[in-house]
Amino acid sequence: MIAALRSLTVTAAVFAALRLAEAQGLPPTWEGILERARGQDVYWNAWAGDEPTNAFIAWVGRRVKETAGVNLVHVKLSLTAEAVSRVVAEKAAGRHEGGSIDLIWINGENFLAMKEQGLLFGPFTHRLPHFGLVDTAGKPSTVIDFTVPTEGYESPWRMARIVYVYDAARLPRPPRSIPAMLDWARANPGRITHPRIRNFLGSTFLKQALYELIDDPGRLVRPVGEEEFLARSAPLWRWYEELKPLLWRRGEQFPESGPAMRALLADGEIDIMISFNPNEATAGIARGILPPTVRTFVLERGTIGNTSFVAIPYNARHKEGALVVADFLLTPESQARAMHPEGMGNPTVLDLDRLAPEDRRRFAALPRGVATLSPEELGRALPEPHPSWMNRIVAEWERRYSR
Amino acid sequence: MNAPAPKRPGRAGLALCGVRIALNGTELVAGLTLAVAPGEVATVMGPSGAGKSSLLSYLCGTLDAAFAAQGEIWVDGREVSRLPVERRRIGILFQDDLLFPHLTVGENLLFAIPREIPGRRARRELVRRALAEAGLPGMEDRDPATLSGGQRARVALMRTLLSRPRAVLLDEPFSRLDAPLKAAIRQFVFDHVRAEGLPTLLVTHDPEDARAAGGPLLQLGPGLRDGREDPGAPAARNREDAP
Amino acid sequence: MGTAVLPLTGKRGSGSPLLALFPAAALLLFLAPVLAGLASTALAAFGYLPALGGTAPGLDPWRRLFAVPGLGASLGLTLRTGFLAAAVSLAAVLGLCATLHGSRLFRWLSRMLAPLLALPHAAAAIGLAFLIAPSGWVSRLLSPGLTGWQRPPDIAIVHDPFGLCLVLGLTLKEIPYLLFMAVAALEQIRVREQLAVCRTLGHGRAAAWLHVLIPQLYRQIRLPVYAVLAFSLSVVDVAVILAPTEPPPFSVLLFRLFTDRDLGLFFPASAGALLQLALTVAAIGVWRLGECAAGGLGRRLVCRGGARVPEGPAVSGFFGAVAGLPVLLSLGGALALALGSLSRSWFFPQALPSAWTLAHWMRHAPELLRPAGVTFAAALAAAAVGLFLVIGCLQNERVNGRNPAARTLWLLYTPLLVPQIAFLSGLQVLLVRLGLDGTWTALVGSHLLFVFPYLFLSLADPWRAFDLRYRTVALSLCGSRARSFLRVELPLMRRAVLFAFAVGFAVSANQYLPTLFAGAGRLTTLTVEAVTLASGNDPRVTGIYALAQAALPLAVFAAALALGARRRF
Repeated sequence: MIAALRSLTVTAAVFAALRLAEAQGLPPTWEGILERARGQDVYWNAWAGDEPTNAFIAWVGRRVKETAGVNLVHVKLSLTAEAVSRVVAEKAAGRHEGGSIDLIWINGENFLAMKEQGLLFGPFTHRLPHFGLVDTAGKPSTVIDFTVPTEGYESPWRMARIVYVYDAARLPRPPRSIPAMLDWARANPGRITHPRIRNFLGSTFLKQALYELIDDPGRLVRPVGEEEFLARSAPLWRWYEELKPLLWRRGEQFPESGPAMRALLADGEIDIMISFNPNEATAGIARGILPPTVRTFVLERGTIGNTSFVAIPYNARHKEGALVVADFLLTPESQARAMHPEGMGNPTVLDLDRLAPEDRRRFAALPRGVATLSPEELGRALPEPHPSWMNRIVAEWERRYSR
Repeated sequence: MNAPAPKRPGRAGLALCGVRIALNGTELVAGLTLAVAPGEVATVMGPSGAGKSSLLSYLCGTLDAAFAAQGEIWVDGREVSRLPVERRRIGILFQDDLLFPHLTVGENLLFAIPREIPGRRARRELVRRALAEAGLPGMEDRDPATLSGGQRARVALMRTLLSRPRAVLLDEPFSRLDAPLKAAIRQFVFDHVRAEGLPTLLVTHDPEDARAAGGPLLQLGPGLRDGREDPGAPAARNREDAP
Repeated sequence: MGTAVLPLTGKRGSGSPLLALFPAAALLLFLAPVLAGLASTALAAFGYLPALGGTAPGLDPWRRLFAVPGLGASLGLTLRTGFLAAAVSLAAVLGLCATLHGSRLFRWLSRMLAPLLALPHAAAAIGLAFLIAPSGWVSRLLSPGLTGWQRPPDIAIVHDPFGLCLVLGLTLKEIPYLLFMAVAALEQIRVREQLAVCRTLGHGRAAAWLHVLIPQLYRQIRLPVYAVLAFSLSVVDVAVILAPTEPPPFSVLLFRLFTDRDLGLFFPASAGALLQLALTVAAIGVWRLGECAAGGLGRRLVCRGGARVPEGPAVSGFFGAVAGLPVLLSLGGALALALGSLSRSWFFPQALPSAWTLAHWMRHAPELLRPAGVTFAAALAAAAVGLFLVIGCLQNERVNGRNPAARTLWLLYTPLLVPQIAFLSGLQVLLVRLGLDGTWTALVGSHLLFVFPYLFLSLADPWRAFDLRYRTVALSLCGSRARSFLRVELPLMRRAVLFAFAVGFAVSANQYLPTLFAGAGRLTTLTVEAVTLASGNDPRVTGIYALAQAALPLAVFAAALALGARRRF
């Protein structure tokens, strides 16, 4: 029933999109798009805090240059919100064409914000030849981003999953539930932390805890208001009040970002860190920035999984080039590269069963990292809560602790 | 630190004993010996570059380290050549008055009165009297920049005298003044150092100054070197010359 | 002096009408954007910005601003660190001048200034963090041997709650800057003679400096000191790297509001920008009161015959060490970054990387090219345009015989005194409006706002000190103003001109917020990349960008010094 409804809305969206595409003067065929994309500069605004990801983007840039003649420029961001606010500023100033951003790495609350304010071009995913390979059924987060249907306004490019990385040399048996984590912290104060709350990993740390502490996790997929949030999140704050003084630096200071937290783990300042990359430990060992003794664990009751997307601002100057890049990200070549454990190591968004045998071999040939969990060990991915939960967690945290 | 002061050259007054100053191996002052009695004004003459100013710098202790200098300096029976400048009690007047531009006339003078003289009122009284003596009564609160050249020269002398020196050095202090003013200021200065009984050493290249001083006269160096004292930046000198 | 030249330049006022346009043009060029930006910010601060749906003016933005969590603590932190950094830097520089002026150490420190001035703030801050963090290089060198630490100690050194690390990071750049200004100012004061007079009056060296030379020196560097204070209160990039994070200093808080995806926050953020401006003005006012108090106290002491000031090798050693610290920390930080960028793995407490590699440089070199090119081109353009304007203004003084009022200096300083965020955010709205954001015009123009004052400051004194007799001679020989200027005056000034150019280049290469706002992500410089990547905290990558960021201005400085040292072009 729900699937039927969804396909109905998708169909409707497709028709609307076709009209829109014509109205915006996009070539009707992919060949036409490729032709126009040749020679275009595509400014991809992407968070730049993770070196393997930056290296991957640089590789994508070389490949789309070779294959399609597109000049990809990685505009490095320290916060995705910077790019969102730039598009808003352009819209506010009436620049509805020739905007400064062609492609943006986005998901969750930023996507919702842009979509609600009509800042996105689309729907466009149906125009991408490789979108058909995406495992939308097996990996629903490729079309439902933080409970918000993507409706073709953003295209997935990698899977992410919350894992915890720990140093097995110092911590043989990591705590595998949220309450156990508090018990462990009581015995080992100062040995765990999370990035600052405005960093997405900071709020993710609390969000994951909320999943396990809330009475009815099913409630998380719906938007939440102020009062209900306070009532339902009370167990989370009880847990956190106790944990906070047991955090690194007594919970008075937090690392700026995930990589900053990773440096703490590497230098032995903390023993456990949260990550959104299931391959974090292996990639870190391979790059020499994490000691070879680090390993990965997940919580017994499951961890949140989501998908990274790219979207195109409504006023992008080079939409054709942006489409070509978005499509390239979905090619088996690109997806296998993204999944290589010594690079980013992110699981693919594709359905391997739909691939040609030689493409499937690319994935089969990938080594599994020494510190990466198998799909069975990773277990079930929990869907992302509605973005309003995340926003309220951040606001409530700041209300309580920013003085 | 101080060994008991040898008591050779005369008790009171200023005496130099075997003073030699050399720069880069060239001797500027070669074994100068001279005694100046209290109230006497001795004159050292010589062309530019002969080492007149270096001699004064050596006496008051500000000679640049580039110079090699030796010789005894006796002030009232005490050898001071190893003392820091501020403890030699040798006052000096330069070509320029060098009144401190950020202080008033009164503050310039108060700053010179030794800290050991206590009491706000007593100190202000000293300043009042000094200004009256210089013919500048009531000018305590004036900005030095608003004074004429002659007035500034008199304030500068008063400032030096208020610091209670035991000897005074005059480094061509009249060369910047025009002729009529020059004579008057010269007289003013000589009168005061004589009245205070200060041994005084005047450096000049103006024979008129030497005649007016009336004390012993010493000729420095044959003046073989070329006259430029400082081959350095003309810009910097130019700035100093600016009013 | 001017009268001597007059017969050759013609009657007063009939000098060069073209040159007479320069001061007005320059003022317009850099005051107009500041004022326009401020006006735009002010409108938004009271809720008027139709583009974002703000059509009903009111005080709502201010209510929302004051409801931001942690605002009070953030303001407190900003005031504390700002005043402390400015005061410490000033004290260090004055102390250094007073105790060591004329010594070999002083000359050495002044010579080390040029490279330190060229070192971008962000790079210096990144290096500092990498040096003194609990897991930093210093701690690694001492551990576990001397400290017994197997793990980095749980002490907040970087991002410490009080903000001391931020203060240290700020002084790293402010001490060299103030020392540079002080050295220039001291050339205007007759230090040797006044010192000699004071000492023959019976005052020690230190007392002479305290009562006579420092008051005169301070008058000359007052505006730079205010600029340092304003900078300390409003800096963003250094604060992001070194300041506490919860809450951050007010400037960072504002920056976060401005870049929040919730565009509604633009209104309280604009109100905050005005508050930042008010804060800066108030801080300068308070500082001024402090000056008056100190001045009054100084005068009272002068009337008592001066204060007894401790002096001796211990005191001068102390100030030498304080002023030498920035040199040491900057060099140490740069070295640590260089080691980091060559490391494959380097875990605490290893003193040196356990495995080396060139891979990071190989991987990033191609990516460095683009921002390096933008940095270079923008800095070159800004410094060249700035130099042209400044020389025009100064030559106008010379030829048309107009000396600028002291007030003009204040105008010059406006972009340095007004917090960047207060007008850059408003300016960005205008740039987007005009379709100029992300263009070279906007980038170079926004850099020029900051390049021009620094250029003017470094060139004005040498220019005015020029011996006009050379010009008189030149004019009488070749009879053409242009030829006199190009063949005699400019070549004679080439050292100062080249140095000023290098200063302008470094200032441009150093700009973070203006690049961010005007570059719109299309044009990005090494500074922006370095600050952005510093958040990624991979010391190897950060090291590469910070070093690359520092290399360009340093190279230009070196080139300027080398060219200036040659007797002929």
